[in-house]
Amino acid sequence: MASQISLLMENQPGALSRVIGLFSQRGYNIDSLSVAPTQDPTLSRLTMTTSESNEVIQQILKQLYKLIDVVMVQDLKASESISLEMALIKVSNKSEVISKIEKNYSSLEFNELDNKDEKTILRLIGDTDNLESLLVELEDDLIEVTRTGALGMTLGNVSLETEEETKVIY
Amino acid sequence: MSNEEINGGDALIRALADENIDLIFGYPGGAALHIYDAIYKQNKVQHILVRHEQAAVHAADGYARATGKPGVALVTSGPGATNAITGIATAYMDSIPVVVISGQVASHLIGSDAFQETDMMGISRPIVKHSFLVQSAEEIPVVIKKAFHIATSGRPGPVVIDVPKNMTDPNYKFEYKYPKDLVMRSFPILGKGDDEKIAAAIELFRSAKKPVIYSGGGTIQADASKELTEFSKLIGCPVTNTLMGLGAFPGNDDQFVGMLGMHGTYEANMVMSEADLIFNVGARFDDRITNNPSKFGLAAKKIHIDSDPSSIDKIIGVDLAIEGDAKLVMQQLIEQVKVSGFDQAIYKDWWSKVETWREAHGLNHDMLKLKNEKDIILPQQVIQSLYQITKGNAYVTSDVGQHQMFAAQYYKFKDPRKWINSGGLGTMGFGLPSAMGVKFAFPDAEVACVTGEGSIQMCIQELSTCGQYGLPIKIINLNNRALGMVKQWQDMQYGGRYSSISYEDSLPDFVKLAESFGHVGIKVEKLSDLNDAMKESFAMKDKLVFLDVLVDPDEHVYPMLEAGGSMSEMRLSKDKKTF
Ligand SMILES: Cc1ncc(C[n+]2csc(CCOP(=O)(O)OP(=O)(O)O)c2C)c(N)n1
Ligand SMILES: [Mg+2]
Repeated sequence: MASQISLLMENQPGALSRVIGLFSQRGYNIDSLSVAPTQDPTLSRLTMTTSESNEVIQQILKQLYKLIDVVMVQDLKASESISLEMALIKVSNKSEVISKIEKNYSSLEFNELDNKDEKTILRLIGDTDNLESLLVELEDDLIEVTRTGALGMTLGNVSLETEEETKVIY
Repeated sequence: MSNEEINGGDALIRALADENIDLIFGYPGGAALHIYDAIYKQNKVQHILVRHEQAAVHAADGYARATGKPGVALVTSGPGATNAITGIATAYMDSIPVVVISGQVASHLIGSDAFQETDMMGISRPIVKHSFLVQSAEEIPVVIKKAFHIATSGRPGPVVIDVPKNMTDPNYKFEYKYPKDLVMRSFPILGKGDDEKIAAAIELFRSAKKPVIYSGGGTIQADASKELTEFSKLIGCPVTNTLMGLGAFPGNDDQFVGMLGMHGTYEANMVMSEADLIFNVGARFDDRITNNPSKFGLAAKKIHIDSDPSSIDKIIGVDLAIEGDAKLVMQQLIEQVKVSGFDQAIYKDWWSKVETWREAHGLNHDMLKLKNEKDIILPQQVIQSLYQITKGNAYVTSDVGQHQMFAAQYYKFKDPRKWINSGGLGTMGFGLPSAMGVKFAFPDAEVACVTGEGSIQMCIQELSTCGQYGLPIKIINLNNRALGMVKQWQDMQYGGRYSSISYEDSLPDFVKLAESFGHVGIKVEKLSDLNDAMKESFAMKDKLVFLDVLVDPDEHVYPMLEAGGSMSEMRLSKDKKTF
């Protein structure tokens, strides 16, 4: 199963390219990536999934943490966590699609968002594995699809928080 | 601290002065002109005009390696910045604190393919520890402060500061204040090691029968050489240094088994293969050392001390990882051993085995006594002559190739920071400019650049810089009329098919070349002339001497690890191997 890494980084131009660059530079694969600012606008939070081995994940965590712009890194699978993803799909045979979802994918939430030109946009929310198998099943029905990539968060007291600031005095 | 208003260019140079930088290497151009004007108007920071931006960064790098202080280079945008890239990558691979300031087109032109615009942040991203694009003139002092802090702390490395031209606009003035301290989010710098792990490390030494201390460039970077030596003396086991770590433990000490790895000594590589405990401080188990990682140190427990946690378990899994500053960790180890005492006699059998290896195939450090009918000079003899005449005290920079390996093997470095070479990137062209950096740092010290006729031509233009600033470097050219290291591989792996390793008849007359720059050139062809020529070169205290030594073109570097093998699988000469 894919691993998930969550990190906080400076919300600055260039920071994201350093994170992504690290993956291509060191030959690690990213399956999905999602990023947006947090409640502190100077920080962005990024969630990524990768199917690298555990040893490689350990290296990735250390390499990421080494980036000056990365403030904190967390392996979401190392503690109890939830993970989910959202997708928008556009279909022309709405009722067939909905019945397929209801039949085999009861864990996925869905809503109908729009119906212009008899093309329906549905919003799906659920865990990545389920979402992916549904999309495979719907392959011939889909006009287009877009996904957020997985988001994740650890449960209870375990949180991805910033460390104390380090003050360097001369 | 004054509160006068100054412009961004003046602020940049003033901040360098406040950072105690008195020397920078660079090359001007449009986007950097405001900064050059600021340089002109002051006298605290001296600017050295090189002849190519690659050389500016190598010179700053050589300065940093020799002194332990950060080196600084200044280049213009576009071609100036791209020319600096090889220098930055060289510093990155060897973790050297260098700050490179690049001019950039004005902010509003960025992204428009303006004249001499290049995305320096993007191009340099994978080869810097960090980089800054200056966003406002006011932030220049704090960016400078951060850049030096990042470059020099923890595992050091190069930092790029890209400065759009409008940030140094002479007409835009602001109040200059150099920050006293910095606030950085999550920038952990490792200090002492975990006490329990320190104790565990010593226990591992007590229960070992065949330990080895393997030390790398990190020991030198952390200024932990003295501690490494003291600890090694207390433990009394064999010590080996990597190519980057030479001089951290004295090369002329009996406890030293020589360099290890690709062209390491027979005894060092055998010690590593048969050890039951490998104690790694400041090295990174890289592929020039381990050879095939799946065959590396199978019988050994492994300890790894490193200030960069991402170095640990990267290639070789270890039994005991101590994250921390090498100097502090070694001090802790020394303290512990001193309290509890250590019985070195437990390694007696181990040493007798090491001695048999040394006797069987150790390097011959007495090759100057060898004679041959044709009076041909072997490259090793040149290094031995250099060693004798400089009494092992010179700073030796080097380029890349066979000459580099001969220098590493035969110049028995006694002190840290005196062997200056591009180990990680293996950059031909590094030798001469880095020697300039060393000579500026230590004008009274002997500085030799051991090079090859191939490498020296990659930054030969710097002979002009050496003339302008009067840098009496000694260039020791091991001239084998070929890209020798490539030729050696072609001999060994491509049936002697010499593809593009010869210059045919096009080599310059190096004596005349040196003279045309106002230097002295000496050509040596006979072994019987070697020592005298070497002496003569060093006797000319205020002259750069280009000593062009014609050496045996057929010599190979040995020992040499067999590709894909273990560390005990070595070729020892053209017809002898251990496997
Ligand atoms: C910039 C660069 N280009 C190519 C190489 C590959 N290379 C490694 S050693 C070598 C030959 C160096 O020749 P020379 O300087 O004459 O040294 P020798 O091996 O003959 O002592 C080459 C081409 C390199 N290390 N650096
Ligand atoms: Mg050569």
